[in-house]
Amino acid sequence: MGILEVKNVNKRFGGLQALGDVNLDIQENTVHAIIGPNGAGKSTLLNCLIGKLEPDTGSVTFDGQPVLGLKPHQINQLGISRVFQTPEIFSDLSVLENVLIPCFAKRDGSFRMNAIGTVGNETDVMSTAEKMLDDVNMLDKKDVLSGALSRGDKRRLEMAMCLVQEPKLLLLDEPTAGMARADTNNTIELLKEIKASRDITMVIIEHDMHVVFSLAQRITVLAQGRPLVEDTPEKIKGHPKVKEAYLGETAA
Amino acid sequence: MMGLHKKDLNLLLIVMVLALFAPFILNPFPTDSALAQFNAGYPDLMQRFVIFGIFAVGFNILFGLTGYLSFGHAAFLGIGSYSCVWMFKLLSYNVVPGILLSVVMAGIFSVAIGFISLRRSGIYFSILTLAFAQMSFAIAYSVLSNPAFNLTNGETGLQVYASDPQWLQSASAPNAPHLFGLPMRATETLTVGGWDFQFNVGYYMCAIIMILAFYLSIRIFRSPFGLMLRAVKSNQQRMIYTGLNTKPYTLAAFIISGMYAGLAGGLLSAMDPLAGAERMQWTASGEVVLMTILGGAGTLIGPVLGAGFIKYFENIFSKINDNILHQWFSALPDGLEDFLITIVHPFIGKGWHLTLGLMFMMVVIFLPGGLVEGGQRIGAMFKRKPKDTNGGLSAPATPAE
Repeated sequence: MGILEVKNVNKRFGGLQALGDVNLDIQENTVHAIIGPNGAGKSTLLNCLIGKLEPDTGSVTFDGQPVLGLKPHQINQLGISRVFQTPEIFSDLSVLENVLIPCFAKRDGSFRMNAIGTVGNETDVMSTAEKMLDDVNMLDKKDVLSGALSRGDKRRLEMAMCLVQEPKLLLLDEPTAGMARADTNNTIELLKEIKASRDITMVIIEHDMHVVFSLAQRITVLAQGRPLVEDTPEKIKGHPKVKEAYLGETAA
Repeated sequence: MMGLHKKDLNLLLIVMVLALFAPFILNPFPTDSALAQFNAGYPDLMQRFVIFGIFAVGFNILFGLTGYLSFGHAAFLGIGSYSCVWMFKLLSYNVVPGILLSVVMAGIFSVAIGFISLRRSGIYFSILTLAFAQMSFAIAYSVLSNPAFNLTNGETGLQVYASDPQWLQSASAPNAPHLFGLPMRATETLTVGGWDFQFNVGYYMCAIIMILAFYLSIRIFRSPFGLMLRAVKSNQQRMIYTGLNTKPYTLAAFIISGMYAGLAGGLLSAMDPLAGAERMQWTASGEVVLMTILGGAGTLIGPVLGAGFIKYFENIFSKINDNILHQWFSALPDGLEDFLITIVHPFIGKGWHLTLGLMFMMVVIFLPGGLVEGGQRIGAMFKRKPKDTNGGLSAPATPAE
């Protein structure tokens, strides 16, 4: 039994069947990629996993607990973190503060009224955050306003914010979208390092086959809202159904 | 010291010095001089400086930190005022129960209004709070003022009458608001040369409360809670996906700022035991928005400066009339004198709002960070910045003081 189980998930937007009978079983400690052409329902599926959308039918279970019906912040507290297509950071705050916030969320839960303490005196949270920044080589930039970072650094910071919560599952929505090749390679290296240094499950949604084949251990191909095949990268590469989905029927 | 970093402690000391020495600082001109009308060191005005300072400091906790722009905070000011006067009517002229009740009542109302208004954000939130404040105004002005049930005394305003019960009022206590026998109105005048410095009990009580309120706001700004509020302003999406529930954070900020407003309202009544519905009107809500933005929203000292600035100009400019202008320009040739007076006339007396509007425009266009930014720019001119080693990336990360 996997850490994340998706069973018979259906989602309709008016006349469009965005997801049809999606079944997924993601094993703990693996990197699982979900690929598919535009409009295949990848983002819809991801949004169903994090509580942004509610599927019409079906169930999603994370670590033995049902996830559907929970609010996004409750799902995060279960141990699912998400990296967005364009880095979502607190751009008005410093790099260090950006990492402190998830630290507090991890320690204090989704709400705690701590209006009298001083951030600077919370030594445990402070040292966790600084260690995390050190891990991603950003400690020298801790006092920089995060909105002023380069795009690559913003992505790095967002990863740090997710990882400092020690999530069991990290969801990545096209982490290299719109990046130059060099930045893409850096991101791949970063993700490899992250995977190598801790027990974490990753689900990556990606267009870029280079990224997918460098990282993923399992790949699910989604087409028109339905999972087409699920297999190892080697098998997927030459799979006729995948070619068909990407290149159209005539090419198959 | 007191759990503050050096910079914040300096700021607190500045506010303390400004507040405690205000009778001197605001009275720079001898009483008989022609410039005496620019003095602001009389009790009535000084009280308003610090009371509206409290109002703006509280408003800034909501608007400056979370970015939620409430256009209805005057409702809490009014509720505080009414609560305090009711304590005068029922118990005694001692201000302590009145001020306590005004904070509590404003807190209760802000839970209700905040809970509903915070279902929306941005402009919709502002409109909802405005609607609530205007409803409160209408209710106070007419609905709750009828012979059968007169809670607010409508147009006349709520005040203490000789027939009121005042159960705890002892015969020896002053027949006006007092703090355990110390009348708010009591004023000591110190005459030094041509100067008359006035020390008023009510002012000093308000000033001490303002310093405490300011200290509390520094603590909130620097606390994990304050960090969360700044996160709300910066990126709610990220906050939610970081496992944080934004709703209770914003509601808590709304309640705290509502209670600050209630406290300010209670103090207004404690200084002058008369509460009118006009205190709840939208112009009063707008005024605190102006104060906060003019001083510098999201900065600690900005709202205090903004409140002082607006209240000063409101009082000083509105007092200048054509006669005073004639005195000023009397040295000029007649034609020029009349010409200048014609030009200046619309900006003074009742036209002081025009001056305020112009100043507000100037600040928003040239100093988006408010007066605090102005101060920082002047400071930067005198202080050479160390070489920027970070390639222009070392933008200030903490909100300016």
